[in-house]
Amino acid sequence: MKPGPPPIDISGRREGVWFERGFVWVCRVAIVLPLVTLVWLLGGVIARGLGRIDLGFLLDAPSQLDATTGGIWPALMGSLWLIVITAAVSLPVGVGAALYLEEYGKRTRLGTVVEIAIANLAGVPSIIYGMLGLGLFVRWMALGETVIAGALTLALLVLPVVIMSSREALRTVKDSLREAALGLGATRWQTTRHVVLPMAIPGILTGAILAISRAIGETAPLVVVGAVAFILYAPDGLDAEYTALPMQIFQWTSNPRREFLTNAAAGIVVLMFTLFLLNSIAILLRNRFQKRMY
Amino acid sequence: MTLPSPPPTTEPAMKIRVSGLKAWFGTHEVLKGIDLPIPAREVTAIIGPSGCGKSTFIRCLNRMHELVTGARSEGQVLLDDTDVYAPEVDPVLLRRRVGMVFQKPNPFPSMSIRENVLAGLRLTKRMGGRKPAEVCEKALRQAALWDEVKDKLDKPGTSLSGGQQQRLCIARTLAVDPEVVLMDEPCSALDPIATARIEDLLHDLRRDYTIIIVTHNLQQATRVSNRTGFFLQGELVEFDLTDKIFTSPQDRRTEDYITGKFG
Repeated sequence: MKPGPPPIDISGRREGVWFERGFVWVCRVAIVLPLVTLVWLLGGVIARGLGRIDLGFLLDAPSQLDATTGGIWPALMGSLWLIVITAAVSLPVGVGAALYLEEYGKRTRLGTVVEIAIANLAGVPSIIYGMLGLGLFVRWMALGETVIAGALTLALLVLPVVIMSSREALRTVKDSLREAALGLGATRWQTTRHVVLPMAIPGILTGAILAISRAIGETAPLVVVGAVAFILYAPDGLDAEYTALPMQIFQWTSNPRREFLTNAAAGIVVLMFTLFLLNSIAILLRNRFQKRMY
Repeated sequence: MTLPSPPPTTEPAMKIRVSGLKAWFGTHEVLKGIDLPIPAREVTAIIGPSGCGKSTFIRCLNRMHELVTGARSEGQVLLDDTDVYAPEVDPVLLRRRVGMVFQKPNPFPSMSIRENVLAGLRLTKRMGGRKPAEVCEKALRQAALWDEVKDKLDKPGTSLSGGQQQRLCIARTLAVDPEVVLMDEPCSALDPIATARIEDLLHDLRRDYTIIIVTHNLQQATRVSNRTGFFLQGELVEFDLTDKIFTSPQDRRTEDYITGKFG
């Protein structure tokens, strides 16, 4: 018989079992609670708004007089204009900045300062970006209260998000692969373009989805840079007056006549669907790239 | 009493001559002044305990060392007659003549076997008039991998076994036609059979290439190399023909290391 403590009774009860079970239940509630809330909210909006949506609602200009006619065509097109320009500006600049910081820039104290500054910029309230856009684009660059001024403001707003998520994606590419390419006599750019970027693209696209989703829902900065609350026409160029879906929804909800709330609900459904559509496209793109990665 | 040394056989031409090479990571001096001539078309093994600076040493030869943040080096490394640390030398071009195989197999995950082999030429736009199929087959044959992969060249490089991946990396390095091949413990992540295949390969390769291999497997050094350098704490303790190092080392520390007293 060997000395020492008695053998462990493996059919016994180990310590902390009840605590662990309790913790798992807390986690379950933490998942279910927000889901129920979301379904309840969306369900309410859809129940109220879905019946209002028809081709006319999508393709007509809004009506101030009659809640049962008119639609959201100018706001829908305004949002699309804003999103396309915002993406076209913020993605190349943001990904470029991330590439420089991760692949080219040396790790210096200045680099750390830049990193902290970008992280902080991502947390700045959107109304502040609106003020910046008003000063910089609307007044100083004299773009006026136009689509391009609004889109550039939104681009500034999402830029830190794009930069941070792109850097994160670039960091997941192993250094051993960069060394392999450099060891073959490839330049930094050749390494980045053909080895690093193909592997980072799915992650970069995920960040782009987040950024675009944020931009499409923003209202506050648009109010400041002069999106109009009521307009009968879709934008016809970069220098056109515009409104956006969230602006139109806000305008309807603040209308004293309650029947306009139905329009607001319908507008929310359209906004959610647009968002859903954009995200699906981005996710499809991401999966395509991922498949090529083996 | 020492025996008179035998008359020197014809000394081989030197491919690389290192003198006074020092290297740092931050303030930590990893190499403390290395002088080492490396003959052309031979296999030179670098041995020594972990942390002795042997990997850093070969990474200084193709200027990969300086890519690490905070790393720097000084001294002279002559490739043929050009100092690779001369200001007019472009490290990118240098690495096309001095290729490298790393410790862990690192095929490009986004590329097929064929694309991996051709990566060096394609990335640097040097395919020229060469036929991709021929370049690919030649490099894979040199790396003794052709027969195993010839029917699945379009499969991902990462689908191969560890030993095959490492030979794929060797093929990738050879495809750019370097003069010198640096190998940083190329077998440390491989099983004995895969290791034996790579050692066989080295015997064939030294006809055409100057090879410098870092290893902490002493048997491997005796099997594959013509000459061996023993590194200890950033210094080159002894450098001689492999046979002499392992049968009659001149330095006590070399003897202690190869007989397993430390390391």
